[in-house]
Amino acid sequence: MSPKGLNENFDIKDAETISSSGMDLSEKTRSASFLQQDARVRFFRSLSEGIDIFSVEEALQRFPEAKGYYGQAFNLLKREYPQDTVGGYFIRVQKGKTVELPIQACLFLKTQGFQQKVHNLIIVEEGARVYLITGCSASQAAHEGFHLGISEFFVQKGAYLNFTMIHSWKEDVTVKPMSIALVDKGATFISNYICLRPVKEITMYPTAVLQEDNARVSFNSLILSHPGSLQDIGSRVILRAKDTQAEIIARSVSLGGKVINRGHLKAENKNIKAHLECRGLILSERGTIHAIPEMESDFRDVDMSHEAAIGKINKEEIEYLCSRGFSKEEAQSIIVRGFMDVGVLALPDLLKEEIESLEEKTLKESF
Amino acid sequence: MLLAIKDLCVQIAEKTIIENIDFEIKNSEVMVLFGPNGSGKTTLLKAIMGFSGYSIKSGDIIFKGQSLSSLSLEERVRQGIGIMYQHPPKIRGVKLYQIAQFLARDKSRIETLAEKLSLKEHLGRDINLDFSGGEMKRSELFQILLQEPDLLLLDEPESGVDLENISIMGGVLNDYLSQKNKSALIITHTGYILDYIKAKKGCVMFEGRLWCVGSPKEMFESIKKQGYEKCKECHEPQRIE
Repeated sequence: MSPKGLNENFDIKDAETISSSGMDLSEKTRSASFLQQDARVRFFRSLSEGIDIFSVEEALQRFPEAKGYYGQAFNLLKREYPQDTVGGYFIRVQKGKTVELPIQACLFLKTQGFQQKVHNLIIVEEGARVYLITGCSASQAAHEGFHLGISEFFVQKGAYLNFTMIHSWKEDVTVKPMSIALVDKGATFISNYICLRPVKEITMYPTAVLQEDNARVSFNSLILSHPGSLQDIGSRVILRAKDTQAEIIARSVSLGGKVINRGHLKAENKNIKAHLECRGLILSERGTIHAIPEMESDFRDVDMSHEAAIGKINKEEIEYLCSRGFSKEEAQSIIVRGFMDVGVLALPDLLKEEIESLEEKTLKESF
Repeated sequence: MLLAIKDLCVQIAEKTIIENIDFEIKNSEVMVLFGPNGSGKTTLLKAIMGFSGYSIKSGDIIFKGQSLSSLSLEERVRQGIGIMYQHPPKIRGVKLYQIAQFLARDKSRIETLAEKLSLKEHLGRDINLDFSGGEMKRSELFQILLQEPDLLLLDEPESGVDLENISIMGGVLNDYLSQKNKSALIITHTGYILDYIKAKKGCVMFEGRLWCVGSPKEMFESIKKQGYEKCKECHEPQRIE
């Protein structure tokens, strides 16, 4: 752990890369921080009461109850998970605590060819509320890197977790996050995923289990797919208890890469409400978007729907803006920025502005 | 002369929609276009504006002494032409204020006009998404007035708008057109807009041609009584000077 400013730990280029995934190294706008570089946990500290933040190994030693969480979500769904992980974060927000400023965590890939494998535990206790922003990024030198991140979320009774993950990789990095969230009675889990930079391959299919009544979940994603990238990304919600609600909103823009956009809503109880929206814009002849929305229900008393739309930018929209005096290029750029509207992410103003400016910077570099 | 349409023929997908029409609009003049659905009125406005798919087979459109044929849509906007859509598209994530700020740098002008047209709450919304018919019309008028064109092309500005808002829109539009050198070509079916603006010239478009010409109010009264077929009976297609 470092008592100094966190940016003193990194050279300028790495600090820039880490910031590009949403980390505030000054910590002025954060209430706790964690950063792991390759297999080494560089720092973790809490700046606020009621937040436990540690490396997962240290938390398992320190808190006997942490062992009960480790692997619990994967075991519940009878899913296997890799056991050879090193590090990862343990973040717990204690019962009833409302965390005003976001907590931040970063998993940073630094060394060429390194295989980073981590296991994270996120526990939001009864009635607590928190925004968590996590960034995963790769340094300029991390060629042919690999990242595998296992995350287990426990959103307990009446709690609220807004989790935003920003991926900022490189064209030769392969990434495989695996995550499961268990959402209890009356609790809300919002998961935002943003990936705007090139990557070799990402495969992820996070799952949320609404295991008690009145639980809610939203999965939102904004993906920009560059030539050579393959992003196989989905979200699955198992609505196990009655009166639960789920929403999946996926927006992807292909600049020449391939996006497979999956979504799966499964109703296992009555009186549930679920909606899936998947929209894709293909801006290059070489781009591919494959939307695979799925819905299943064992019950009659459910309200489930989906809409999927893929295509190029609507010519009528471009001409509409041109008829106001925008050039074609300006009109296209405004429409793409609007399509990737951060407004769909349900973020507090501070994070919304941060992510908007990150997005703006990336879009400017991209076209 | 602000706008001169010379022996114009317009096709959409190789089908002739407008045939050999001629007319002119002077500076500070308002011309009203009547005609049944499918007669070519919207096509005429879109051809003047330069939308894709509206191909000019013969004739010419002259604006401020220059042929528009080689100018793109946005270049025509820069020349001083503005259009109000009948059915504008919805664009997700693009806010009305983004377009307003592009059209007018003066923030207070944006706010004053938004206030007048009851659009303040709409400024932060995605453009036309979940707007009612009347809200769309107000938003269209709002944008075109911020744009400050010399020639306004208005496609049914009052359709779907309640009477109270027609009066507000009509007042705002009349204020604008009362300024020096502001002209308009207006399509109307309901005729309500005629109560608010000073239009001296009206004509009927029928099967892609211009037929009657005269005082818009008198023409509208006659169309209400006798329908469009009567216009065809009493005149040959006209050249309107």
